[in-house]
Amino acid sequence: MIAAYSAGGALVWIVWVVAGLACLGSGVAVVSFSNPFFSALALIGNLGSLAVLYLLLSAQFVAAAQVLVYAGAVMVMFLFVIAYVGPRSETPWSGGPSWQTIGAVLAAGAIFLEIIVVIALKAGNRLAHTDHVNGTFGSPGWIGRLFLTDHLLAFEITSIVLLVAAVGGVILGSHTKRADEEASA
Amino acid sequence: MLGPSIAWYLGVAAFLFGTGALGVLVRRNPLIVLLSLEIMLNGANLALIAFSRHAANGAGQIFALAVMAVAASEVCVGLGLVVALHRRRLALDVDRLSELRG
Repeated sequence: MIAAYSAGGALVWIVWVVAGLACLGSGVAVVSFSNPFFSALALIGNLGSLAVLYLLLSAQFVAAAQVLVYAGAVMVMFLFVIAYVGPRSETPWSGGPSWQTIGAVLAAGAIFLEIIVVIALKAGNRLAHTDHVNGTFGSPGWIGRLFLTDHLLAFEITSIVLLVAAVGGVILGSHTKRADEEASA
Repeated sequence: MLGPSIAWYLGVAAFLFGTGALGVLVRRNPLIVLLSLEIMLNGANLALIAFSRHAANGAGQIFALAVMAVAASEVCVGLGLVVALHRRRLALDVDRLSELRG
């Protein structure tokens, strides 16, 4: 029994290390590729490895939604727009380090260090123990029941947000004759 | 819970958030700024789901799904802006887009 438990734990650790490294690597790749097309492809890998991490956290439905909504719908839209706009490579670190780049690196590093220090100093002991969950935790039926009972308002407001965003996208994307004349003039 | 504790997941989430913030601050192509924004949102999502598992409470997963919907909306509007910029033959460079006048 104990041997089976430790073998399962080792397997989870291996999956976690592989998915976590893929997640970090593809995240860095998204930021550092000069071609937006490759950045988008790296983001698909990032989303896929995040879905594996969600599965390890027993969030099955969120993992499935992540793959369907993000890696499916959103990234296809991204790739369409990148193909429409055309390849525009930009060298991310061109012209040596400017004050803007230095400030950005410092700010991002400060955010990262701040979170790590807070986790390590304040919450490390409390996070070691995790509550036990049963098999329905994270399943689609459980999520649906939560959405339609406890979090009904959030569910309805989400639908309004999506509607407003769709209308905004149509307004921004639709081209009037006047705007085209102004652009060509 | 088998495998690593929640603190490890939070470390990955922090790194993702920092990487995304770096991309948003450094990169000038609005498409890559949007992609970096997605990384930041995903880092926050990972933290939410990790805490949801830690407390055995579903609210974190519900919030992560709401964040996903907001991210989809944001991509919709952001890509609409990029397409509008391209149609007006403006440079796709956020440093040069300092005016909001239509």
